[in-house]
Amino acid sequence: MSAIILRAEHLKKSFGTVQAVRDVSLELREGSCLGLLGPNGAGKTTTIEMLEGILRPDSGAILFRGDPLGQLSRERCGIQFQHTALPDYLTVREVLQLFSRLYPASESIEELVQLCSLSEFLDRDTHQLSGGQRQRVLLAVALVNRPELLFLDEPTTGLDPQARRNFWNLIRKIKQRGATVLLTTHYMEEAYELCDEVAIMDRGVVIAHGAPDALLKQHFQGVAIQMPREDFESARWKTEQDRAALQPFAMDDHVEIQTGNLDETLRTLLDAGTSLSRIRIREQTLEDLFIALTGKEIRT
Amino acid sequence: MSTRAPSALSRIAAVFFARNREYLRDRSAMAWNFLFPVLVVVGFAYAFSGNPQPIFKVGVLLPSGATLESLRPQDSFLSTPQVEWVAIADGGSSAARESALGKLSHHAYDLLWSPSRYWVNESSPKGQVLERLLRSESPAIPRETVQGRAVRYVDWLISGLLAMNMMFSALFGVGYNIVRYRKTGVLKRLKATPLRAWEFLVAQVGSRIILLSVVSSIVYGGTHALVHFQMRGSYLDLIVVLLLGATCLVSLGLLVASRISSEEFAGGLLNLLSWPMIFLSGVWFSLEGAHPIVQAAAKVLPLTHVIDAARAIMIDGATLSQVFPQIGALAAMTAAFLALGAWSFRWE
Repeated sequence: MSAIILRAEHLKKSFGTVQAVRDVSLELREGSCLGLLGPNGAGKTTTIEMLEGILRPDSGAILFRGDPLGQLSRERCGIQFQHTALPDYLTVREVLQLFSRLYPASESIEELVQLCSLSEFLDRDTHQLSGGQRQRVLLAVALVNRPELLFLDEPTTGLDPQARRNFWNLIRKIKQRGATVLLTTHYMEEAYELCDEVAIMDRGVVIAHGAPDALLKQHFQGVAIQMPREDFESARWKTEQDRAALQPFAMDDHVEIQTGNLDETLRTLLDAGTSLSRIRIREQTLEDLFIALTGKEIRT
Repeated sequence: MSTRAPSALSRIAAVFFARNREYLRDRSAMAWNFLFPVLVVVGFAYAFSGNPQPIFKVGVLLPSGATLESLRPQDSFLSTPQVEWVAIADGGSSAARESALGKLSHHAYDLLWSPSRYWVNESSPKGQVLERLLRSESPAIPRETVQGRAVRYVDWLISGLLAMNMMFSALFGVGYNIVRYRKTGVLKRLKATPLRAWEFLVAQVGSRIILLSVVSSIVYGGTHALVHFQMRGSYLDLIVVLLLGATCLVSLGLLVASRISSEEFAGGLLNLLSWPMIFLSGVWFSLEGAHPIVQAAAKVLPLTHVIDAARAIMIDGATLSQVFPQIGALAAMTAAFLALGAWSFRWE
């Protein structure tokens, strides 16, 4: 088993009377990718900023390679913040040069340009970049010191699906190079695609932590059946118990039923006179798990 | 992958050069820094190129404990109308007399009077008129003379304009810029690197001082070529004073920006600091003869000391030792502003 690169123990952080992080403990193993998930206000950004050394926790300890955060962790970690501006009037190349000079060891600009596909706009002012280009530049800045640990705080928020998938490929390349990644995201698909482990936060605490598939197996059995709400509501149930046993979860205009026995559930629905022509059967996802655990829809 | 020994100097240099590039590419701000003082100098040079205002100005060296009012009954010359009387306290001291004679030599006074004698600049027509009046009242009063050509308003103004331009650039170029960096998250991003706060601040101060030096030199050279103002002192002394002044004003900008993250608030605060300096530091007009409280208030402002020292060097030919009080005040303010600014600085 690989070594622990980052350990956080019982982190707490309040802003005035608001307790943003109540008690968070995490371990991050070298070479892994951990996704920190949670609804808005769950404490993800506060947690990641404490782990980055940007915010000081009210209590608790954070150790990078066994030592408290400090100059060493700043030299060896890369960070892409959720909201970051770049210095004005500088080109992409100049921004990379600026940040590379701040570290004792740095990646070559050519390598970063190739890795993050920056060559098309390398000499362009940073204000003239599209959202996707800008995120790639910010990632390149985060990689400028060839970090052992990379923090990505909602790196793909606001990107179109194509740009998001391109970004995922980039993260995969970085993982292949051996970097450890800690990522926060609103996109469950992103977490599933990229992360070896996920930690779901709600109200300042981690409520679930593990490999995505293991968590899904732990919390769900079988598949999810979706059907129009009106079809479900108009069904003729033999007993109210039959209806309740399905544990339907209403979502806007449709109803979702999770089941470990698909045949029996379908039979129950047929017996109630519902049409199967409009149902959809799918596997459980991280999003289902997220909603099941937090009781909230994901908001962006 | 390249590796090298961690160096504070290389980190400072990286931020320093990045800031220089930002400044040089911000064409509108740069154009303003160059054009504004040149336009004002040229405008004033023409606006005040006509005949001087018909007002006499006489310096009065007051004996210890005396006031103008107490002297008037003894000498009717001191009640002559159409004369602005400038009381010079401690007029018996050689320092006060030398300073007053300097002003007489460049026509800041038309005549210098003391109970025991008077001095007149032989090249001053107004001095000669006043002398006739004086001698008609006191025929036996001893006469002494000085030489020196008149100082035009533009000669007097240039040091104030250079310093004011420096003040705007220092306060807004550093203070406002750091607040903007903080608001947009650039500082937060830099905080996540090995760059230390003091390294960042040194780079900001260094960058702005170098840029101010270049801008001020060009403005000085350009305006000198246009209006040929007086420079009687040493250029080296002037450079020392302006560099110290620039450091002081940049440090004040840093202090303002040390914690604020609202551009609007920072703008208001910087205006609150800069406008009193524009009016009370002697940029446009002399405070000589103003109420003592106003004069005392002006001494609190760093720009006053920059302008007083620069003007003394340029017009009176003063040396660094003669402007030591101003240099001392600026050095003390710089140390205080830098220490407070560095102590209170927050990345976020």
